[in-house]
Amino acid sequence: MIVADKKPIEEIIGEIKDYTTILILGCNECVTVCEAGGKKEVGILASALRMYFLNQGKDVTIDERTLERQCDHEYLEEIRDVADQYDAIVSLACGVGVQFTAEKYHAVPVIPGVNTCFLGATETRGLWTERCQACGECILARTGGICPVSRCAKRILNGPCGGASNGKCEINKELDCAWQLIIDRLKALGRLDDYENISPIKDWSTDRAGGPRRVVREDVQL
Amino acid sequence: MRLKYPASIKIVRIPCTGKVDILHILRAFEMGADGVYAVGCMEGDCHYDSGNFWARKRVEQARKILDTIGIGGERVQMYNLSAGEGPLFAEYAVEMHEKILKLGPNPLKLAKKKAA
Repeated sequence: MIVADKKPIEEIIGEIKDYTTILILGCNECVTVCEAGGKKEVGILASALRMYFLNQGKDVTIDERTLERQCDHEYLEEIRDVADQYDAIVSLACGVGVQFTAEKYHAVPVIPGVNTCFLGATETRGLWTERCQACGECILARTGGICPVSRCAKRILNGPCGGASNGKCEINKELDCAWQLIIDRLKALGRLDDYENISPIKDWSTDRAGGPRRVVREDVQL
Repeated sequence: MRLKYPASIKIVRIPCTGKVDILHILRAFEMGADGVYAVGCMEGDCHYDSGNFWARKRVEQARKILDTIGIGGERVQMYNLSAGEGPLFAEYAVEMHEKILKLGPNPLKLAKKKAA
């Protein structure tokens, strides 16, 4: 999922202090799971902002709404009839949701309420870690299901590098060396011979190096 | 044990303090409460293992939010006691009541009056 983290309330207040009718718009997908922008977080932020503005003597209306997703037209259309009533929308969705909302409702400023961090997994409640950098050309089949692009600090494809010691990365003693994990996993799978195969130069044009990307699937287009 | 505690205190009964959410605390202030405190079981004695630890964390988070927005985080407090400590319950109630009296009313009440 897309992992996001909450923005400090002070920062959000700084962005919206000049508006008088504001919609806090949550998203029911990834940001709900990582407890940054779901219905509950919308409620907490809206409550805090209402109290802040009231305490400041400002008459500000803060409404709450949480959509199933903010990255799909059909769900974003649900606020079509009300969006124009607001001076600003604070979107607690990931950067995709914020932008898609802004694209759809040109006249209303859309302000991000979370910092979008990475594509990751929930290791335990309150701990999310990166697993994928969406490079566009998956090599997990060759690396024992462990991604050196997202989990190796250097993104090297034939590792480990000289900075690995005792299975840890030189940038952080608590960070596992991705290549150590790959070797351990290949060994456990009885496929250590695969490690001997040198990975060819990766085509990074499918990564961000090739500019903003798009996936076109004519087979599913109407 | 007909113990007295201040009449200003309204008890909201919940099955475990683990049920307390930041939102419950914030909404109480939005609705005009001058202070909120959660009374949980002794740490380590939770029937559900960690309900009172959850409550403590949420109380702390609510404190931070209330500090940020200028209401005052010290208006929220977490207490722990066992079910057999009635006198201590009354003592905590008095302590909280006096603390809130010192802090004065919820600033939102004044703001609402001004706005009206």
